[in-house]
Amino acid sequence: MTKQLLILGGGTGGVIVANRLRRMDPELAITMIEPSPVHTYQPGLLFVPFGKGTVEEFQRPLERQLHSGVKLLQTKVESVDINAHTVATTSGDTLRYDVLVVATGATLLPEETDGLLGEGWGKNAFTFYDPAGSAALAKAMDSFASGRLVVNVIDMPIKCPVAPLEFSFLAEAFFTDRHVRDQVDITYVTPLDSAFTKPVASARLGRLMEERGIKVIPSFNTGQVDESGNRLISYDGQEVHYDLLVSVPLHGGAPYVSNSPGLGDEINFIPTDEATLQSLVAPEVFVIGDAAGLSVSKAGSVAHFEGEVITKNILAFLAGKPLPARFDGHANCFIETGHRKALLIDFNTSIEPLPGHFPGPFGLPLLKESWLNHLGKLAFETMYWHALLPGISIPLIGPEMPTRGKGSLAVTEL
Amino acid sequence: MAAKLVSGVEVELNSEGFFANPKEWSEEMIPELAKAEGIDPVTERHLEVIRVMRHEYETKGSGPSVRALAKVSNVPIKELYQLFPKGPAKQAARIAGIPKPIGCI
Ligand SMILES: Cc1cc2nc3c(=O)[nH]c(=O)nc-3n(C[C@H](O)[C@H](O)[C@H](O)COP(=O)(O)OP(=O)(O)OC[C@H]3O[C@@H](n4cnc5c(N)ncnc54)[C@H](O)[C@@H]3O)c2cc1C
Repeated sequence: MTKQLLILGGGTGGVIVANRLRRMDPELAITMIEPSPVHTYQPGLLFVPFGKGTVEEFQRPLERQLHSGVKLLQTKVESVDINAHTVATTSGDTLRYDVLVVATGATLLPEETDGLLGEGWGKNAFTFYDPAGSAALAKAMDSFASGRLVVNVIDMPIKCPVAPLEFSFLAEAFFTDRHVRDQVDITYVTPLDSAFTKPVASARLGRLMEERGIKVIPSFNTGQVDESGNRLISYDGQEVHYDLLVSVPLHGGAPYVSNSPGLGDEINFIPTDEATLQSLVAPEVFVIGDAAGLSVSKAGSVAHFEGEVITKNILAFLAGKPLPARFDGHANCFIETGHRKALLIDFNTSIEPLPGHFPGPFGLPLLKESWLNHLGKLAFETMYWHALLPGISIPLIGPEMPTRGKGSLAVTEL
Repeated sequence: MAAKLVSGVEVELNSEGFFANPKEWSEEMIPELAKAEGIDPVTERHLEVIRVMRHEYETKGSGPSVRALAKVSNVPIKELYQLFPKGPAKQAARIAGIPKPIGCI
């Protein structure tokens, strides 16, 4: 009998899995559930507030990103029954699966922070983490010429943990180009004890922030936003005033997870094996991308590296064989630092981001600002639509992290 | 890594003060570990949170983040900060003798 593979979500991870499996096993019946007719290139949302592109330019019809033979159901998941192996949709259907791939990503939860959705939301408080917010912020940025811009991460985990830092760097360049930099104070408010999660990269990024005159307020746990008074208030009573707030709201797994007994953890992410990407809740449930409760960063590059591992393991599972592939937590990202420069970091769960070059000695400079990396960040979009989503392996960039071309771990060298 | 004497027992702590070997921990160490975090006296409410922390680690292999801690312990985040002012997840994890919760990394 034909095996039924059901993919929940048609974002980065869902599309990668569908297209890869379609090529690896044309016999498999693949169905995807996704409510949105368009697929968004989310890294593009970082640029929209600075007038570099519109949301529509970063969106394409989902159907066209899928290989023929992948069946797309345009509806929403209502709940999953991991014992009966069925998924209920909001349109009233029940679908059975042999293997389920959860790829429903992370959901923004601005409503979980007191006051964030108050009277200032959409006036002088925004997020660039979703398409509508990013477009609205573009208007606010365009008319902001003096005062204090605060970029605030409420709590981890968030998607692409470097994106709010990049936003701060791009804002610095944006106001410099507009000759109002001296009128605008840029302050970065984070719950972490320094700029970024990984110590080596954090030291480098921290120094860059200082050079660009971006203030950092670390260890600030936002408990409340007082939008009538334009201030952030932390759980321990500290306050930060803002004129324009760019907030990265709390993230959680998709809400249907809480209607699905046994599927998720307290914040609706799916407990998942770090190496095989099989869920820890049921053997026929696999998880890719931001939906997984893993220690790796929530990033598109991670979903890409996971794609190779998870598809091999799914086919082995269907054939009744042990799971052969192992994921090492490989992630990399270009960090836009403004002024047409970017820096590239490459790391996994056990190895820190290191200085050097990627993917080999003559590749792109790691942990150093360069124009090449900025071009790399821009070229990434082309790669995304034409190689990453179709599930083509990019030469030299496999799931295992390359260690050639990297220096030893020494902060003082940076 | 550094060895430290807690309640007369030698235990291994990492550079951030988390237990390297959670098995070395026992409930009797709570008051002394809490004092080192500036928490004195330890109330019943503190103990509730510390026990949840320990239990979560023992059943799931890692301690919860602040948000998850609030959900499993039914103690609101605001109160968690009143109980453990320097960061509930980290402080309760140190007192519960478990490694740094993944959510805080
Ligand atoms: C501003 C910004 C900048 C970023 N920059 C970078 C970057 O430079 N580099 C990088 O690597 N990553 C970046 N990322 C992160 C990257 O976009 C995500 O990590 C990646 O898209 C994760 O893929 P995913 O498939 O797990 O989730 P997503 O791509 O978010 O897809 C999840 C899908 O599930 C669907 N879904 C949700 N609920 C349901 C339901 N109930 N039923 C059916 N479907 C549902 C959603 O509609 C969505 O299409 C950025 C993200 C943002 C927001």
